[in-house]
Amino acid sequence: MNLFSLVISYLKARPLNTLLNILLLSLGIAVITILLLFSNQLKEKITNNTKGIDLVAGAKGSPLQLILCNVFHIDFPTGNINLQEAERLSKHRLVKNAIPLALGDSYQNFRIVGTNRAYAELYKAELATGEWWDNDLEVVVGSTVAELLKLKVGATFESAHGLSKEGHAHEESPFVVKGILKSTHGVLDNLILTNVSSIWKVHEEHGEEEHTSEEVILTNPSSLIPSVEAGDSTKEITALLIKYRNPIAAIQLPRYINGQTGMQAASPAFEAARLFSILGLGVEALTGFAYVLIFISALSIFIALYNSLKERQYDLAIMRSMGASRSKLFIATQLEGITLTLFGSVIGLILGHGVLYLFTAVVEESGKTGISAWVFYKEELYLLAGSLVLGILCSLIPSFQAYRTDIHKVLAGN
Amino acid sequence: MIKTSSLSYSYGTEKKIHFSDLTIQTGEQFLLLGESGSGKTTLLHLLGGLLRSQHGSIEVNGTDITKLSESGLDRFRGQQYGFIFQRNHLISALTVKKNLLMSPFLAGLEQNPARVDEVLDQLGILEKKNARIQDLSLGQAQRVSIARAVLNKPAVILADEPTSALDDKNCDRVSDLLLSVAGQNKATLIIATHDQRLKNKVKNLIQL
Repeated sequence: MNLFSLVISYLKARPLNTLLNILLLSLGIAVITILLLFSNQLKEKITNNTKGIDLVAGAKGSPLQLILCNVFHIDFPTGNINLQEAERLSKHRLVKNAIPLALGDSYQNFRIVGTNRAYAELYKAELATGEWWDNDLEVVVGSTVAELLKLKVGATFESAHGLSKEGHAHEESPFVVKGILKSTHGVLDNLILTNVSSIWKVHEEHGEEEHTSEEVILTNPSSLIPSVEAGDSTKEITALLIKYRNPIAAIQLPRYINGQTGMQAASPAFEAARLFSILGLGVEALTGFAYVLIFISALSIFIALYNSLKERQYDLAIMRSMGASRSKLFIATQLEGITLTLFGSVIGLILGHGVLYLFTAVVEESGKTGISAWVFYKEELYLLAGSLVLGILCSLIPSFQAYRTDIHKVLAGN
Repeated sequence: MIKTSSLSYSYGTEKKIHFSDLTIQTGEQFLLLGESGSGKTTLLHLLGGLLRSQHGSIEVNGTDITKLSESGLDRFRGQQYGFIFQRNHLISALTVKKNLLMSPFLAGLEQNPARVDEVLDQLGILEKKNARIQDLSLGQAQRVSIARAVLNKPAVILADEPTSALDDKNCDRVSDLLLSVAGQNKATLIIATHDQRLKNKVKNLIQL
């Protein structure tokens, strides 16, 4: 015998009560765990995906949409911007570098992004197999795309117009897979990368097929897209990802873009924070609900211990008569509360991870977000420590009752 | 073995009980008789260190227990005494075996399962070793509490109305077992009771 096996026997003697207490607490802990995993990973993804991008310049419209479309690749473009104007902006003294993006086509719901190598370097992407694109209509695909669509180097596919499955296919000009990227655990995993002129090519072919077959010798190639002449006023791209040259740019550049050009500027950090504060309301409401559950479970544990201590006063007096000190009974009662809350929180943590795992396994879309159930945060240790304190607190009064048991009065009282 | 001198206890300010001095030798068996309210339980609890006296001294095995500290008294109680009460007061959440093992555990002694078997065998309830307390009859439960009281081989066994709740047949059986087990374990035994059925079983009497 020892105190712990005594405590376990007491808990087993009231199975329904014990089950209810553990269940209440574990539900509360599970909700908190899920929120913790979800919001922490979402924050990490957002910071990872916005890393190195200070500003996005694109067509006028919703700044949030501009960011969602061009940084996270989940919304539709706000429109196109003129290449000539984009070029001028990229040469601005406050711009350190600028990466062009041309969107508009997709393959099996995965976006084809016309850009340059700098875009992949932004996320430190490396090739898993194959090589980078050299010519038009050659692509490098992200790891998730390759995995889900079973694309190998050398495979060909026809893109669809638009960013959803329903778009009509560009049957005349198939893309060739030249390389596959290693996973960056970011947005790049879900993209198909190519050069900007490939995007133009698949769209131009209907009307101007005769032009594209000619080899043009460029006298002054564009700094953004070297395959076209600088100052070409007919070409358009979707957006420009900008890195500031110095901190002053953060103040001056957005004002310049919004005021002096036909484009708008949006900051990924600012828009992400705004998005998160909207989501945060829901998270806070759920967290509040979880804390209510935990409070009720603490109350329920307290009431259960308080009541059982009354039933157990003979047990306690007998234990004292057998040599148990007051502090031993105090510790035994504390141990009972702590055992309940620790069991509850450990089961809650397992439940939280398990539910998130089921969610990611069942909901296909969640795979794209890259949220994993098997990530652990140090906050979970805080939850365990917190439940320890909770156990101590809600068994404090019953423990003092046990401590103060008057052997003579109890045993002589019958 | 047990020696008291000028022992008294007062309940509140009015009622005060004086106990005459006692001297009991090792291994002796005594019956403590008296009316309800005559102070049998009080004397027994004083002797057992369950209640602290306000006046007088109680010497057990050469130790004056009135001078022990709270935790010292707890330890002394666990190692020197075995208690049996009118109602068995077994811990119902535990099996018979675990109830018995609580005794050495709380006294800070070694837990010996072979000793549990031995004592249960002496009391004829070995087959109930893994039974739950709720499944025992009254007589069986009282035998388990006797087993618990003698398990640590205490120097003193104090029994408070151990047979009052039992019918004649069980009273006979339980009291015979109690006396013989106490004898086998060489313990000094004091039984506080108003149960007349025990009178002809124990020779030494203390009348309050």
